[in-house]
Amino acid sequence: MTVRSEIVAQFAQVAREHDKALAPLTDDLELLDSGLDSLCFAVVVARLEDLLEVDPFSASEDVLFPVTFGEFVGLYEHAEK
Amino acid sequence: MPRSSHASLWNALSAKSDLSDRFVIGAKSRVALGQMMAGSAIDGRGEDLRGRSVLVMTRDQFTAALVLLELDGIARRLILYPPDLPLEYLPFVIKSASVDAIVSDRTDFGPNISGVRYIMPCGHTIMSQSCDRSAQYRTEWILLTSGTLGLPKVVVHTLSSLTAAIERPGAPAGKVVWSTFYDIRRYGGLQIFLRAILTGTSLVLSDAKESIADFLARAGSDGVSHISGTPSHWRRALMSPSVHRIAPENIRLSGEIADQGILNQLRSVYPQSKIVHAFASTEAGVAFEVSDGLAGFPASAIEHTPNVEMKVADGTLRIRSAGTASGYRGDEAPMLKAADGFVDTGDMVEPRGDRYYFVGRRDGLINVGGRKVHPEEVEAVINRHPEVHMSLVRAKKNPVVGAIVVADVVLRTASQADGRDARAVQSDILLFCRQTLSSHKVPAAINFVPALAVAESGKMMRGHA
Repeated sequence: MTVRSEIVAQFAQVAREHDKALAPLTDDLELLDSGLDSLCFAVVVARLEDLLEVDPFSASEDVLFPVTFGEFVGLYEHAEK
Repeated sequence: MPRSSHASLWNALSAKSDLSDRFVIGAKSRVALGQMMAGSAIDGRGEDLRGRSVLVMTRDQFTAALVLLELDGIARRLILYPPDLPLEYLPFVIKSASVDAIVSDRTDFGPNISGVRYIMPCGHTIMSQSCDRSAQYRTEWILLTSGTLGLPKVVVHTLSSLTAAIERPGAPAGKVVWSTFYDIRRYGGLQIFLRAILTGTSLVLSDAKESIADFLARAGSDGVSHISGTPSHWRRALMSPSVHRIAPENIRLSGEIADQGILNQLRSVYPQSKIVHAFASTEAGVAFEVSDGLAGFPASAIEHTPNVEMKVADGTLRIRSAGTASGYRGDEAPMLKAADGFVDTGDMVEPRGDRYYFVGRRDGLINVGGRKVHPEEVEAVINRHPEVHMSLVRAKKNPVVGAIVVADVVLRTASQADGRDARAVQSDILLFCRQTLSSHKVPAAINFVPALAVAESGKMMRGHA
């Protein structure tokens, strides 16, 4: 699985678990409009850390949480293990 | 800092000279502070509630704000039902706080409201009718916080303990407009509501049904100058392009540990703002504020915080001040204060250089975006699964909500911890949790482990979160 497909799968999985309707995951979709809430994003990030063995947010204290889905994917694609 | 010198919120507001352009502002309506003083959100029936123990249980916080201002000084006791507390706890709350009247815009109470003499409707429109204020009660204020096994803890305050940390400037408040991401029926939000009323400033309230973008746009157009929230509220705001719709002079964080990351990010988005993080809890009150932009707090705060005594004993922060709650109500309620009057916050602190840093909770309590999770409650649910031998629920650091819940589980048959069976048990346990627990209490991950460390006391060892 690519990083992107793993992320897409996790968004879908967490949306199902939390009974949320997920918007189509285009790159310019704002995460706050995706249908997921803060808790869902928290779970997605925790699961991705286990699956991809990266936590892009731990690299620096100043990593801002991304605004769009494309930025979110980019953050993981460019994260160092 | 002056202590509360007013008999009631109404008296505090009536002492203000000019309230003409000051409002409480909700998503759908607004009401002038002056109009609130002269009117009623309960159809002028305040007299029926005089001296009663009144539960305020409204759909939205805007209506709660109107009712609280009206009934402080009239009711003997006001109990604030938090927005996300399930209805099943209503009988417990009624019993613990001896509720004999409910003010509500709801009718879905179910069968369990025995002992309640009055159910009084309320609304967000103000009728111009007011109560006789010549004799007033020193109303007891009751807040509900999460307890170990799901039942809420019933915390007793007074207007003077709730407002002990609020400075009241002699001069008019000028252009100050307060807002908060919190709900005012929780301690952090209530502080902001009381601050706005006592200082006679406008207050913009959030609405549970509104998007963060809409709230920020509304806060911006109403000129919000001071705004508070948890670090998780702020992280969510920073995910919205609308974060630039507000330009606050003063940003306040509380309710969770503020890490250096969120402080830096707020500094870069709002370079002109004064950014303060405060330590407060429902039980201990507001203890201190840190405004140097750094995580943790200066060691000097322990000795030199005005009107608040602090000490570190056995690794946790202890607080004694006029702002601490007086106790818990209810049968078998634990002691809130030690014999010397200090409240043990349960927050473990560690000195590094000339600062103290928060390093977790002694009781393993997990703070998920400002919402508390007692690990025992989650463990009790997991342990009901027939395949589970024992479990340990702990916090995992998270960049969105500060911390999330994860569970280490020991299965009855160790060999099952691999392969397909284990995955089936894992999703089974999660399903089990989702059916019984609020979503923030459901573990994000279930890890199967061969064993868990048990201390000599027989209790599981809870590591530092």
